[in-house]
Amino acid sequence: MDRPLGLLAELTYACPLHCPYCSNPLNLGDYSDELTTEQWRQVIAEAAELGVLQLHLSGGEPLQRRDLVDLVGFARTRGLYTNLVTSGVGLSSRRAELLREAGLDHVQISIQADEQALSDGIAGTPSFERKLAAVRLVKKLGWPLTLNVVLHRQNIDRVGRILDLAAELGADRIELANTQYYGWAQRNRQGLLPSRAQLERAEAVVRAARTRLGERMEMIYVIPDYYSRYPKPCMGGWGRRQLTVVPNGDVLPCPTAHTLPLPRASVREHSLAWIWECSPMFQRFRGTGWMGEPCRSCDRRDLDFGGCRCQAFQLTGDAARTDPVCRLSPDHEIVAAAVRAASEPARPGETALVPRPHPDTRRRS
Amino acid sequence: MASGAGRPRLAPHVRLSYDQARQRYVLLTPETVTLLNGTGAAILELCDGERTVADIQAELQGRYDRVVGDEVRAFLSGLIARRCVELSHG
Repeated sequence: MDRPLGLLAELTYACPLHCPYCSNPLNLGDYSDELTTEQWRQVIAEAAELGVLQLHLSGGEPLQRRDLVDLVGFARTRGLYTNLVTSGVGLSSRRAELLREAGLDHVQISIQADEQALSDGIAGTPSFERKLAAVRLVKKLGWPLTLNVVLHRQNIDRVGRILDLAAELGADRIELANTQYYGWAQRNRQGLLPSRAQLERAEAVVRAARTRLGERMEMIYVIPDYYSRYPKPCMGGWGRRQLTVVPNGDVLPCPTAHTLPLPRASVREHSLAWIWECSPMFQRFRGTGWMGEPCRSCDRRDLDFGGCRCQAFQLTGDAARTDPVCRLSPDHEIVAAAVRAASEPARPGETALVPRPHPDTRRRS
Repeated sequence: MASGAGRPRLAPHVRLSYDQARQRYVLLTPETVTLLNGTGAAILELCDGERTVADIQAELQGRYDRVVGDEVRAFLSGLIARRCVELSHG
């Protein structure tokens, strides 16, 4: 069995933003009994022993945890590469300096658009100026800066201007990731999925920008899997490289696996090693033995691992089926229909977005 | 190919680390883990922004018989292309 390389620690689902493409669970309130600082330290220590090398601190908004600096410092004592995935809201200069001293390696800040009105509109709260201030702070303290931008129907036409802003801000890397349809994003799919014409224009803009800005800034562009021929190799394979611990201590092969009908595995009850090696949650879709056709006999089964189990379950009701994104899937028509609908003119009201609400959190930290 | 006069160093977001669990050196970025062999790790430990590629080559040739100049340059060129290593001139 492989050892895990990365741990995604979703420290809290508290977040000052209300992005309608959020992949957090719909039942946010069920995660309010958060792990304590001591429990998170234990998780980090066990992860390092298991072979984890990278710790991604995310949420929700990880800056909402008052023990973030402590956890970064602890992770560094265990040799982990620490990466903070944040909205930037809550990154005061004091906090940033403490994180720098604690040894935080890398910061990823999300922006929603290239200008205030649209960015604040998507985030559902005034945040654009605070994000820019956080970006400047990251640069000033000498961290490498990655900007994360989730693309969708309402901002993808501005991708050129988003890239210009990133260059102006001195970003070292930018990840332009089309929305993945889980959690709140799935609920809002109709209003978020771009049309084929929008995608084609955006791809041309990104190609041109690579020539123009490629020397200064690394660009990562992730297409929406609904438009791809084959599914994404989700998490690099189930229980193969990555694991996620969510705010209440549940451990998952990917951040959305809580949607699957599998028995829970929690750090409150078991060691991380047992969960990784033996739990039904991690064993169920490991390797290729669980596959049916067309995956079982497909040449690509070790490349994309049958795609995403959560997407298969969400769209077909059976987590062991081929991801319907795949052109070879007997269920592909489900995805094809959504793509066709996205290219038809929208009827008024159809694309209204439900903002992700604040969870009712009783934090223990 | 990395020129012999350039002075390589790790890019700011990259960390060279020894992985206890796998008993080998690794190069870490936010999204990637590169497992290194002994020679790779030895090359990167010398990438301090002061030594030139030629210096590193000479130093390793003194240390191991089998390290050839092109091997150092090819290894560093690959990491420069992936933005893990930066090369300064002068």
